[in-house]
Amino acid sequence: MTQQTGVSAFRHDANRRTIVLMGLSVVLTHLLLLVSGAWFAFAWPAIGMSFIMLVLICERIGRLVPASQRNLYERSLALGFPTVVLSVWQLGGDLGLINRIWFPPPSEIGKALWSVTVNYDRFSETSLLGRPWLIPSAYQEGGFSGVGTLLSESHLLATVMRVFSGFVLGAIPGIFVGVVMGLNQTVRLMLDTTLSAVYVLPKIAIFPIVMLMFADPFGEGPKIVVVALSVFILMAINTMAGVRQIDPVFLMAGRNYGAGHWQMLRHVILPGAMPVIFAGLRIALGTAMIVVISVEFLRAKQGVGFMTFYYWEVLVPEKMYAGLVVVMAMGILFTATLYWLQKRLMPWRK
Amino acid sequence: MDTPTVVRPKISAKHVGKIYDTADGPFVAVQDFSLDVAEGEFVCIVGPSGCGKSTFLRMAAGLESISSGSINIEAAPDSDKPANSVVFQEYAVFPWKTVIENVSFGLQMRGISEKERTQVARYWLDRVGLTKFANYYPHQISGGMKQRVSIIRALANDPEVLLMDEPLGALDAQTRVVLQEELLRIWEETRKTVLYITHSLEEAVLLGDRVVLMSAQPGGILDIYHIDLPRPRSFETTTLARFSEYRALIWEKLSAEVTRAMEMQE
Repeated sequence: MTQQTGVSAFRHDANRRTIVLMGLSVVLTHLLLLVSGAWFAFAWPAIGMSFIMLVLICERIGRLVPASQRNLYERSLALGFPTVVLSVWQLGGDLGLINRIWFPPPSEIGKALWSVTVNYDRFSETSLLGRPWLIPSAYQEGGFSGVGTLLSESHLLATVMRVFSGFVLGAIPGIFVGVVMGLNQTVRLMLDTTLSAVYVLPKIAIFPIVMLMFADPFGEGPKIVVVALSVFILMAINTMAGVRQIDPVFLMAGRNYGAGHWQMLRHVILPGAMPVIFAGLRIALGTAMIVVISVEFLRAKQGVGFMTFYYWEVLVPEKMYAGLVVVMAMGILFTATLYWLQKRLMPWRK
Repeated sequence: MDTPTVVRPKISAKHVGKIYDTADGPFVAVQDFSLDVAEGEFVCIVGPSGCGKSTFLRMAAGLESISSGSINIEAAPDSDKPANSVVFQEYAVFPWKTVIENVSFGLQMRGISEKERTQVARYWLDRVGLTKFANYYPHQISGGMKQRVSIIRALANDPEVLLMDEPLGALDAQTRVVLQEELLRIWEETRKTVLYITHSLEEAVLLGDRVVLMSAQPGGILDIYHIDLPRPRSFETTTLARFSEYRALIWEKLSAEVTRAMEMQE
């Protein structure tokens, strides 16, 4: 017993020594380069080496962290890494290692984000959020329609509406068709090949065809439908897979205990396929974002994708980056919503 | 063949056959299987794996079509009980329903009010000591508990006959003994008609009034043994000399059949 604690104490000491040595070696490398005046010439290899050392140091720290602190350690790694990358980017920009015009540092992007949020772009007649602080005055002037006009200038709202409507309009029929395909061999055989073929087709490539189907090809209709279409195909394929992987014994149990068609669907098939359906929804969400942003690049008068491409065309790169940040924030928000929904709908999974 | 004359058999299988249509031509899984089970009788079916004993049970349950012959389950004319309820292997407990939702599943499907079905489910949970776990999900309880849930899900449904398809097959040896005793206790109190498939000869002799030995490929009845051991039975029963005699007697024939089945698979 005493011998064992002795061994582990020895290991801990060895780990601590290694961590200190590694840290020192990083600092010394940079100091030596600075003193010899060669830091700028070797800055990128030195930074690369420092990152590798950082990984090794964190790995060693991970071995020392007691189980009670494990959660904190994991969170620090998850949030710490992007913080370090952003800091290096910022410093690189400030020190002139990175071209500030094309790759503006995070502080500039932050300022640009603030600027597009609070300011109204007179030329494109849009703003990022739709200036919600003007809602009271807009309401006084024009009532609810006044508020509507005000919010219709919002990039964010336009994109969210397109993603949301497209998602709902695609997911619900997609899940329905997927269930039918999972249960009925005839339908499955008829649709499987077709769906696989359409699945690999980039949805943006059929956008022109979708536009032709609408009286107003530049309106919201084609944009929502092209999102819905890509979500539909993904959800049909995933739901089918989800239904097919249900253990047949559950179907037999459902039937033996007297479940009718709708009861089977509600009590056995949908919950049985739910984990795969949710995995599909997550993928569909990513695809919906890709499609909506590309469509907005191509043909839109507003939307976060439009904003990003617009500021690229008028050469304000930091605002273009701000657009990308908004897209990422939307991704995080939507994924979190999906997780919340998953927890509510699948309480049997922790 | 040793088929006793029963006045009104609860389960009556007459010349049952099952032929699967495969790409290599028809495959006979069950052939000329005739068996009468009396009301309140506990009949066990043993046989080598792949002999079609589960197929027969699924045909009796109406989960698989019958190619020839007939299986009839007798019900009182004014009864609204379900004809049969199956206890499947461990994983047939719905993972997405809580313990109590699983137990009351059959009643829910038959449109029994929530109040009444909860009451029935609580009664059965109490009888197997699972009251505490009523609102747990299956992944939170042990394999033995899951199988208890599966058994009382069938009993709460109050069927005319209980069909059990290797219900304890997936459990470890100790849990299995505990559940066998529990099953005996519950059966003693309810005296349901039971058709019980198992691959364990000991289990068949311990539980059954009769043991049906099946042959493999095609599956048919090789022999039927009356197990004349005193009831109520328990684990103690396995120490009786007569128990060992029955086991040895049936094993002699079963082992020959198992060997034959294995050779045929090669």
